[in-house]
Amino acid sequence: MLYFTLRRGLLMVLMLIGLLAITFSISHIAPGDPAALAAGPDATLEMIERIRTEYGLDKPLPVQFLIYLKGILAGDWGKSIHTTRLVWDDLVTYFPATFELVVFSILFSVALGVPLGVIAAVKQNSMLDHAIRTVTVAGVAIPMFWLGLMLQLFFGLQLAWFPLGGQIEMMTERPEPITHLLLLDSLLRGEFSTFTEGLYHIILPAVTLSFPALASIVRVNRAEMLETLKQDYITNALAQGISRLRVVAMYALRNAMLPTLAMIGLRFGWMLGGTILVESVFNWPGLGLYAVEAAIDSDFEPIMGATIVLGLFFMVTNFVIDILYGLLDPRVRAQT
Amino acid sequence: MVEITKDPRFDSQQLSWAERHHSTIRLIRLYARTFARNGSAMLGLVLVLFFFLIAAIGPWIVPFPEDATGAVHMDQKLLPPSSVHWFGTDEVGDDVYTRVVIGTRLTLQIACIITGIAMLIGIPLGIFAGYIGGWVQEVIMRVTDIFLSIPGLILAVAIVGALGPGITNAMLALSLVWWPGYVRLVQAKTLALKNEIYIEAARSMGASTPRIVFVHILPNCASPIIVKASMDMGMSILAAASLGFLGLGAQPPEPEWGAMISIGRNYLPDWWWYSVFPGMAIFLTVMGFNLVGDGLRDIFDPKHRE
Repeated sequence: MLYFTLRRGLLMVLMLIGLLAITFSISHIAPGDPAALAAGPDATLEMIERIRTEYGLDKPLPVQFLIYLKGILAGDWGKSIHTTRLVWDDLVTYFPATFELVVFSILFSVALGVPLGVIAAVKQNSMLDHAIRTVTVAGVAIPMFWLGLMLQLFFGLQLAWFPLGGQIEMMTERPEPITHLLLLDSLLRGEFSTFTEGLYHIILPAVTLSFPALASIVRVNRAEMLETLKQDYITNALAQGISRLRVVAMYALRNAMLPTLAMIGLRFGWMLGGTILVESVFNWPGLGLYAVEAAIDSDFEPIMGATIVLGLFFMVTNFVIDILYGLLDPRVRAQT
Repeated sequence: MVEITKDPRFDSQQLSWAERHHSTIRLIRLYARTFARNGSAMLGLVLVLFFFLIAAIGPWIVPFPEDATGAVHMDQKLLPPSSVHWFGTDEVGDDVYTRVVIGTRLTLQIACIITGIAMLIGIPLGIFAGYIGGWVQEVIMRVTDIFLSIPGLILAVAIVGALGPGITNAMLALSLVWWPGYVRLVQAKTLALKNEIYIEAARSMGASTPRIVFVHILPNCASPIIVKASMDMGMSILAAASLGFLGLGAQPPEPEWGAMISIGRNYLPDWWWYSVFPGMAIFLTVMGFNLVGDGLRDIFDPKHRE
């Protein structure tokens, strides 16, 4: 298991270098002279040349890539042209909100998706099964941003159950940071009214974000449960008089969870992509909104910074899922 | 001496076209019947055909064709749905129904282009990697893995950020993030097929590599590719509309559904029709392609049938 973990870890480092190579290449396909861009519109030719040498832009590409890597490792992620703020500082500010939203959404989709999948499989072809399946088919096809707008319209405006957007009310003071995660910090500091307020704010964005993932999880889990419930060892267990609930929950679910887990890993990437949309709809102060605003302004380094962080987040999650997979299924460990 | 007479069943000269392709025709008939028995797949097919029809005849059936290209009638702005304006009008008085219908062609074009380019890049790379193996495979698959390890929409936003917003750049960006899936799929399939006995037999009879690839491997990869392409049509519509919504794809007054919702959201809730109808259009097209994809998978992969 240790060998397996090390191997996967090494692979992740290689992937990260690949990711940086991609962001580096994207910054070189951009039309226009990066030195001129960095120097600003009023720069003289001389200033542009100075910046070119200063940033190493006159050197061959592989050398430039190494300089770029060194910069990233040293925490030099560039500067936003618009706000002139350091990209690293921005990333640190905005990442926790995205992290919180994504983790909340994934927990929500698993907590709801797995039981729904099990119920649909156990009660196959019942009305309930058909209802669940219809919703899941629709769930994958609904444009996430549009679903967000409709939920906002109905639950935010019409019924006024939830706030329309933001992470917290403008006037509410944020808790003193410990983890920089709003919900966790407010709990740890014992500020329960802030916690409830944060909870109210996260529900609509999280439901929107988790909807497609929820649909896929239900689908896969249902299909796998149906497959597993047909196996001989299930019949055997039932014949031995073990209660149906116990057989479903302990015997079948464990095996059906493997493909479901793989699906969660896959959907996690979509979810990270989805934060871009959901954060834009709900004005959620996270990395997605930050990336979109920078992209609209063609503000280069912030977009690349956000891409690297979100890509890395996805890689780390897949790493964790691979390890979990290895723990659950010894065959996976043996293969690699 | 016994004269060897030709068995007429094996003499292709004497058989009609239908007889020679008997087994293929039977297979297609079986596919068609399986598909037709699947209610949701048929619903999907009806939706897809409906939207293709709308895309084909759109310009001739809309009541106000000039509204799709950015005409302005300020005296008719933000009218609710009525018998004249079925889906209401937008903030410059354009007929929303007209714009949604005309936008169908644009949307399907975008989806076809993205899926098409992704297949053109991905399938050859996949076959290459799977068939040749060795370091070629290593390089292709590692690059593919890296692309797959970045959430697609985020990479697309980054590329559009570099190239500048607009519909062409959005399509380019989405095509660039879409191909790795095909490489994975085709490579795995090629790898499995490569060692089949009939491929071995073809090779030992002196069949050239292109012949093996085009006649023996590619047709056998076709069914998973078709299923994926059908799903990807839907997914790429979602992705293109998402970029439009974010203001990074199609720019107004282009009648693109995502871009329409992007402006329409500012007029919620009182002028709901502005963003509700384009959203419904996206939802129904995407669902159509997904259901067709599901139905096709059930046909090609009997294990999936329930």
